This record gives sequence, structure tokens and C-alpha cells, in this order.
Amino acid sequence: MTLKEAGPLPEPGLSRSADPHDEPVIDVRDLRMRYGKADVLNGVSFTARRGEVLVLLGPNGAGKTTTIEILEGFRIRSAGQVSVLGVDPAHGGEAWRARIGVVLQSWRDHGKWRVRELLANLGSYYAPYSSPGASRPWDTDELIAMVGLTEHARKRIRQLSGGQRRRLDVAMGIVGRPELLFLDEPTAGFDPAARREFHDLVHRLADLEEATILLTTHDLDEAEKLANRILIMAGGEIIADGSADELSRRMSTAAEVRWSRDGQRFVHSAADAAGFVRELFRQYGGSVEDLEVSRASLEDTYMALVRQFESGQGAGAEHKFSVVTS
Amino acid sequence: MTDDAGVTGAGPVRGRAARAAVRAGLNAGWIELSHCFTMIADAFEILPIPLLSVVILLAVDVKHVHVPGTHFLIGSTLLAGMLILNISVNGLAGMAMYVTLAREDGTLLRAKATPNGMLGLLTGKIVVVSGTILLTVVCLLIVGLAPFGGLAIGRAGTWLTLAWVLALGLLAMLSVGAVLGSLFPSARSGNVMMIGIFGLIGISGIFTPITRLPVWLQWTGQAFPLYWIGLGVRSALLPANLAVVEIGHSWRHLATAGVLGAWAIAGLVLAPVLLRRAARRVTGSSVAARRERAMARAI
Repeated sequence: MTLKEAGPLPEPGLSRSADPHDEPVIDVRDLRMRYGKADVLNGVSFTARRGEVLVLLGPNGAGKTTTIEILEGFRIRSAGQVSVLGVDPAHGGEAWRARIGVVLQSWRDHGKWRVRELLANLGSYYAPYSSPGASRPWDTDELIAMVGLTEHARKRIRQLSGGQRRRLDVAMGIVGRPELLFLDEPTAGFDPAARREFHDLVHRLADLEEATILLTTHDLDEAEKLANRILIMAGGEIIADGSADELSRRMSTAAEVRWSRDGQRFVHSAADAAGFVRELFRQYGGSVEDLEVSRASLEDTYMALVRQFESGQGAGAEHKFSVVTS
Repeated sequence: MTDDAGVTGAGPVRGRAARAAVRAGLNAGWIELSHCFTMIADAFEILPIPLLSVVILLAVDVKHVHVPGTHFLIGSTLLAGMLILNISVNGLAGMAMYVTLAREDGTLLRAKATPNGMLGLLTGKIVVVSGTILLTVVCLLIVGLAPFGGLAIGRAGTWLTLAWVLALGLLAMLSVGAVLGSLFPSARSGNVMMIGIFGLIGISGIFTPITRLPVWLQWTGQAFPLYWIGLGVRSALLPANLAVVEIGHSWRHLATAGVLGAWAIAGLVLAPVLLRRAARRVTGSSVAARRERAMARAI
């Protein structure tokens, strides 16, 4: 947000800055979580700006779900500072709650209800929090159309397929037109078609509504497709932060050069690929064939990062990657 | 500090939001209640107790057995007993089951993620449980009144007494049920609670006069709301002279109101606190873990 608006003066008693657009939607500093003697989060820090799609990517047990549950106000942190829409989620009231949407793993509630019935009922909780800037809730039929369930609107929820149920979960999460939406492992157990439909839906949400979206996944492909920015988590820490492109560019300092000469195949890893290839041709000229230069994919980067982190497991690795964290 | 932008004055918004939640809860309760009429499976969840009650009533050779020392048919006291059984079991266990189920299937979590969702959830569940109870009471009265005359249904006092006893009793049962539901870790351990309820029925003078029990059991029975709901319902439906088999040969209305009121207040104070505590413990990952455990048991 570079555009400055002449907004109204803040009301007394409200802890907002004069221009809400400048304030990060999520601001996490040195977040720590400890269960008994086990440290699940060891000082997580990041921010999210308005309209950003942020993906928390990491292997199972990295602390993604714990982080998102603290931000949702469902878990009380052990230490650190957290601000979500300008409020500490541990003390978020009902009005704060109304501005947030939550889509969690594995819901199977309200099986006997009809799709439209449930969304209309849920929406009515949000009506009192409607304001000129944000009319709440969504019009039920509009919402159903948006998640592509129009022909199933009168169906009972337990009769929906897995993918349809998940889209309903998303509809339930956004029924109050949230400014910030949390999705925890939204496509776990999806087939490829359902996954693609879901990705389209997330894109539409981010574009249409200018909602800030934070989602967790352990699927790299998904992170690459959806994220403006990826936070890679491992061992309760954020070990890298950047767009998919930035991450692979910054991490893969070495490119792989493959060629063949006199029927023999060669592979060489070079920091300066162009220089290496120049030298290669100078030496062997026309006998170089099948030349191929490839930069590491995001997947290679991710695997390398996590592997290095796990083998370093601690202070050393942390410092090594701190360069990456912007 | 939790107010949102563009909304002036937190107070009125909070009030309007709470009213909206109660309305949404009433609406949800009505929708779930209507499932009982539109879905056969749901109807079967409710029907067994009244059906079983009627079978038992008919099985007893009611036409010829009298309450000892009176001309009153024993079938009529049984009918009163069935009503009490239905109110207490459905109220207490029904509510407790709803709460444990809501914790397991994500409904409680959904309520937590919704503004004023807990208020709406509780309102909805009270509507559903008390609605099903009132339905079965009406069914039982329709089926039972014809064969067993002698119930005092002509008096205005009958319905008045029945109304306040049912209202207080339901309030006590539902809130205590919500307390139990938030204390028990899973729907399975709810079975333990059912055994407890049936034990309590045994010492609450519902099917046999409490005066036949040893004195220490009489006192135990009187400590719980079940006995007093029973006493209240009997006082409404049975002729006044049947009070002779009760403790102190009296219907003890004042004590009934006092004890039921005390239980209702205790439940109403504790229920929201414990529900919030249970809700705090429910997170997305714990619901997923519970579901996995439940599936493992089912296999």
C-alpha cells in the first residue's frame, strides 16, 4: 500500500494508527511455544501486509499449525509479541473475531444441515459487525456461487464429496467477509482436480476481496502456485522468507552444467555457469555436445534447506540461513 | 481495544451482536429439531424411550394392580415415572452427549471461530434438547392418559405445577448436563455417566416410593435434582391423597423449588465457565487427533 488516504481520526480508546493501511495485518516477533519441556516454536518472527498471500511451508512437526493456532487466538503462546489486525489474539474480542476467517483441518460438523441453510445461519452472526467499509455477511447465494456449490445448495452436507465439503469449509470461513483468512492444510487429501479448483478459489479471494491470506501446507507445488511470499519453517523456526523465485535464486548459488564429449557424459556444478561454459568452449570448441545448464528448482532449494537445517540442527544452521531472511 | 473500524460505540454493537447470536441459535435449534420430523434416522433416535415406556406400561397388568392402600391404579404412577425418566435422561444425558459430540466433530471449534458463537451454540442446543423432551412428554401423555385414568388432568393447578417443575427441572438438568459434557473427555466415557444416571434413578423414588429405601439412601437421593423433579411431576399429576407415600406425607413444593433452583443456578454458573475451558482446549489439531482415535476404535 503506497497510497495514503486521508482517513478519519482514530476514535479514542482504539489502538490503531491513523492509517490502518500502513499497519501490518500480522506482526509476529520472537514467538515461542513450549509444551512441557519440548520447544515447538523457537523465536518465530514475520509480518504480513494487507492483501498478501503468505504460505507457511514446512515438513510435518515444523510448528506450522501451532503458529497458525496462536494467531487465530486458539492457543496461548509461551512468549513473544503477536499482533493480528492490531490486536493481541490472546485477548481478541468478538468484534475482532468477526474480522477473521478460519478454515481448519478436518471438519465434519453439521452433517444433517443443508448447505444454504448452514451458510445463512452462520452469516447472521456477522450482520451486527457490518460497516460502510465492509458489508457483512456475504450474500448467501453469491457466496455459494463463488465456491461453486450452487447446484448443491439444497443438498445435505454429509452428502457432499470431499472436495465439495472442503469448498463449503472455505465458504464457512469467509462467510463474514474476513479481512484476514487462515487456512490450515487446506488441500490435504485432495485429488488433483479438486486441488486445482481450490487454488483458483484462493486466487479469486485474494484478487476480489483484497483479503490477506495465511495458509499452511507441506506441499511445495501448492506453495509455489499460491504464495506471494513463502515462509519455510523447520524445527520451530523460519529458515527462509521470500517469493518462490527469490528463494530459488538466492539459495541456488550453483547451477548444474551437463554436456557430453566424445560420447562421454559430464556433470559439473558451477557458481559462475556462464564463465564455466565460456571456458568449456574455449578448451574443447566443437566437440562439446548436448549442453544443458539448469538452476536448482524450488524443490531442490527447499529440500536442501530443510536437510541442512536438520543436520545442523541449531545455531550454526540458523546463522547460515539468516542471510536469506529479508 | 477489540473494537473494529467504522463501528461507533462498542456497547450497542455488543448488545446487537449478542441478540443476533441468540436469534441464530434459536434458528439453528429449530432447524435441528425439524430434522427429527424430516429424517427417519433422527426420529428413531428419539422414539425408543417413549415407545419402550408405552410397552412397559401395557405389559404391567395395570387394570388390576392398585397402589397399596388406595384405589389408585399403579399404571398411572408408572406413567408419571416414565415422564420423569424421559425428562431426566434426555435432559442430562442428551445435553452432555451434545456437548461431547460438539467437541469431537468440530462444532465447538466452529462456534469459537464465530463472533458470539458459544452463546448461539448453547441457545441452539437448549432449544433442541428441551424441544425433544417436550415432544416426548406430549406423546407420552397422549398415549398414556387414555388407558390409565385417574390422573388429575382436569385441575388448572396440575398444568401450572407441571409447567414450573418442568421449567426449573429442565434448566437444572440441561445446565448440569452441559457441565458433565464439558468434563468428560469423550463421548465414550459418556457411557459411564449413563450408568451413574440409572443408579441415580434407582434411588430417586421414581418407580418405587423412596420411603421404602434405607434412610441413608433416601438422603442421598434427595441431594440430587432427579428426586425433586419426580416429586413435582407426581404432585401435579397424581391425586392429593397419594402424598401419603412420600417423605413427610407431603408434596413439599417449597423444598422442590428450592433444591431445583439451587441446582439450576449452580449449573448455569458453572456451565459457561467449563464450556469455555473445554473450548480453549479444542484446537484444529486436537479435533483431528480425536477423530483419528475415534476411527482407530471403530476399526
